[in-house]
Amino acid sequence: MAYSDKVLDHYTNPRNVGTMDKNANEVGTGLVGAPECGDVMKLQIRINAETKVIEDAKFKTFGCGSAIASSSLATEWVKGKTVDEALAIKNTDIVKELSLPPVKIHCSVLAEDAIRAAISDWKKKNS
Amino acid sequence: MGSDTAVKLPIYMDNHATTRTDPRVVEAMLPYFGEIYGNAASRNHQFGWAAEKAVEDAREQIAKLIGASAKEIVFTSGATESNNLAIKGVAEMYREKGNHIITEVTEHKCVLETCKRLEKHGYRITFLPVQKDGLIDLNQLKDAITDQTILVSIMAANNEIGILQPIREIGKLCHEKGVLFHTDAAQAVGKVPFNVIEDNVDLVSLSGHKVYGPKGVGALYVRRRNPRVQLVAQMDGGGQERGMRSSTLNVTGIVGMGKAFELAQQELAEESARLLALRESLRTQIEAVLDEVYVNGSLEHRLPGNLNMSFAYVEGESLLMGINDIAVSSGSACTSATLEPSYVLKALGAGDEMAHSSIRFGVGRFNTQAEVDYVAAKVVEVVKRLRELSPLYEMHKEGVDLSKVKWAAEPANQ
Repeated sequence: MAYSDKVLDHYTNPRNVGTMDKNANEVGTGLVGAPECGDVMKLQIRINAETKVIEDAKFKTFGCGSAIASSSLATEWVKGKTVDEALAIKNTDIVKELSLPPVKIHCSVLAEDAIRAAISDWKKKNS
Repeated sequence: MGSDTAVKLPIYMDNHATTRTDPRVVEAMLPYFGEIYGNAASRNHQFGWAAEKAVEDAREQIAKLIGASAKEIVFTSGATESNNLAIKGVAEMYREKGNHIITEVTEHKCVLETCKRLEKHGYRITFLPVQKDGLIDLNQLKDAITDQTILVSIMAANNEIGILQPIREIGKLCHEKGVLFHTDAAQAVGKVPFNVIEDNVDLVSLSGHKVYGPKGVGALYVRRRNPRVQLVAQMDGGGQERGMRSSTLNVTGIVGMGKAFELAQQELAEESARLLALRESLRTQIEAVLDEVYVNGSLEHRLPGNLNMSFAYVEGESLLMGINDIAVSSGSACTSATLEPSYVLKALGAGDEMAHSSIRFGVGRFNTQAEVDYVAAKVVEVVKRLRELSPLYEMHKEGVDLSKVKWAAEPANQ
């Protein structure tokens, strides 16, 4: 299978790899997927309580190159966005940006899920 | 770690998928693309005679490697066709004797799918499980044989994990029970000693391209005495190959397969020792640096050139992507058309996640120590990098028991 240049770029130079303190109040963590399915994404965001702006994002992913690229791209996209703007990111945007083939669409779905899970974790902590 | 500068990239280390045609084989084939173009079935002129002689010489070369007589070799288009012909041919011929066939879950798809088709036509198939080491349990086989059993089909060497089944004991058991024994030996013959008499086999599927011969040619050994095995042909036509396989013979391919088998016979002892040393070098170099790597299946009962390893917490396709100047394959779902992880690795009971993390290395005749050193170093480097990226490795290091984590389900569209 040939990978798009953008997938290769994110795979070779993944953006925002890392881990934040999952117990911190300003941090939301999303852990989606399952090892037996071959994909697990952990996406973390740090949100400014005042402005609701995502000031930082980190990820770690177990999965194929497209899964790594989807989550790497997701961290780039959510940074600087408000929570509501981040929730508007659709998996189809990721598919388009990375030129994912049909068999890799689930990777983009997982990345969208990870964003939602991280935001929902933050909301739960701060409700 | 070795001299990286000496290797030419990309490196081919996928010798279970196919092997490079040996230049000596190509040399032997060339005249048959040129001036010797006759049909081996043309009995009344020199063109036909020359082709027929070439085919008969190849038949001898192939028979010799497996301890058979030339008359017991039926040429086909490859091991897939041989497996189809053996199983369907026996099933149809011995239908009145019984309708039960025994095979195992880790067989090649061409055996499994053939058996499933027969199942639809009223045959009863037993798919024996394998143990954690990839071997079948002989007692289970013994218990599975009934008075309706006409055939046992168990492969000699597995194409993914290289496991060598105890075919000699299986054959002995089958002969005691009066059941025919077929083995798909496409991966085994030419790599490990194999003899149809000593190994008690009645039908053997062979491939040209797995043994440094050309693609598109194979053979089926069909025993002629003790017992004499009969088959119903599965293709209608001119009745070539003593009525068992119609179609004009692929003379060029057959010449190449013959030469390849001759070379395998001459070089088997030396080559298998060399490949085993390379395989072990690869394994030990990787294991010396990386934690949480596992060899899938028995290390002892294994083809010398096979190494199937799982790199825990790293997904196979992403690993392949990182080592893209090395040709190997993975049992990961992402590399298969079906999005299902390897059924062979699943059958070992190690869990799907280990299948997703697996890489199959197939070391072959043309690989060198320098290449092995390069591959080991590259794999180590990429696995380390991907583990830095892996949430599972991080959780493992934190002491989280991953089997106890409640994972969010996969997205609904997958």
